[in-house]
Amino acid sequence: MLNNFIAAYSPDNLRYLFGGLGITILVSIASIIGSFIIGAILGVIRYVKIKYVSAIVGLIIDIIRNLPLILILFFIYFGLPNLGVKPEVIPAAILAMTIFESAMLAEIVRSGIQAVDPGQMEGARANGLTYWQGLWHIVLPQAMVKMIPAIVSQFISLVKDTSLATIILLPEMLYRSQIIYGQNTNYIIPMFLAIAVLYFIVCYALSVLARYLERRQA
Amino acid sequence: MIHIFANYGGTLLYGLGQTLLCSLIALVFSLIIGTFFALLEESPNKVARGIARVYIEVFRNIPLLVITMFFYVVIPLYVIKVNGFTAGTIGLTLYTSAFIAETVRAGIQSVDPGQMEGARSNGLTFWQAMRYIVLPQAFRYVIPPLGNQFVNLVKNSSTLAFVGGFDLMYQGNAIASSSLETMAAYSAVGVLYLIITMPISYYMRYLEKRLA
Repeated sequence: MLNNFIAAYSPDNLRYLFGGLGITILVSIASIIGSFIIGAILGVIRYVKIKYVSAIVGLIIDIIRNLPLILILFFIYFGLPNLGVKPEVIPAAILAMTIFESAMLAEIVRSGIQAVDPGQMEGARANGLTYWQGLWHIVLPQAMVKMIPAIVSQFISLVKDTSLATIILLPEMLYRSQIIYGQNTNYIIPMFLAIAVLYFIVCYALSVLARYLERRQA
Repeated sequence: MIHIFANYGGTLLYGLGQTLLCSLIALVFSLIIGTFFALLEESPNKVARGIARVYIEVFRNIPLLVITMFFYVVIPLYVIKVNGFTAGTIGLTLYTSAFIAETVRAGIQSVDPGQMEGARSNGLTFWQAMRYIVLPQAFRYVIPPLGNQFVNLVKNSSTLAFVGGFDLMYQGNAIASSSLETMAAYSAVGVLYLIITMPISYYMRYLEKRLA
């Protein structure tokens, strides 16, 4: 048994696996940045109630939120070629994750803004700020503080969800572990242990961060 | 998309049935397991709290797909043969139970501590007070988040497609590759998912608003 572990964790295999971790982190960070920006914009649009626009944006957000991420990955990677666009694997994964997570974040942002006391906006308006100034300088900063724990938990989900992109053959950690244990069935348990530990470390670090931010805010 | 429904309607409905079946089984069991670990975490016993903490953190921080693949690949190798549907449902149950444990615990904590004190001072034991006084009140708060968990369950059940679970995603994928009309096939699958998930999530939003 021990020999299996030593053989499975050979320098070559580990280098290959950690390369996968790199891709997991690359896709995660790119999607986190993209979805944070787009999600914040969509959340604000949904909150401010621009005639028709907010309703349509809201509907699109709800549709995306209620679909499985795997389906969105399929749409992007296997569906788009049907329409004449063929994305590469890594951009396709980032695009699908960004679309899905933007919708999730938009919902967090909207409920975060709604949780701010309406008196804050009224006070800002009474002091001569325009609606948008009040939103930008008074309401959004307070909402942001309230949302941070929920946003970090969503990013934890995002990191875990990158594993779903193995289905479009994204060469991330889970995919690479399958390649390694495909060569030798004795490597199965060592590989599962390794990726479980690696995912756990990344996600647990993020959840400790979330809890720290939550405590600091309270 | 209409002709996808016309030509493959039976297959899609079968997949939808498998998706719902797996989600419902996982919901029932993860509710039982999740409540159990939530109670352990709230119990006065330090060891019990530690066990619950470890269980919840492990299953919350490892991707669902890794858990599912573990049951699909490792368990048959050393213990017992399991098919994709079973492996997927077990993975889904364990993963979701950790989230439900957190939800139920938050529900228990939102019940006024005076309820527990009152029950204890009336002679109930800790577990009797939990069972008859605190939990019934906690579940009222817990219903909207649990509904959202069910929506997540339905969406997450698409991981069954990885292990040959014959769920909606799996069937949709099979149809996409046999008909070569990927866009239409995936759209049909999307519509079927939305028919289940959208009404639940709107209803839960309504309940949340009413409870607030």
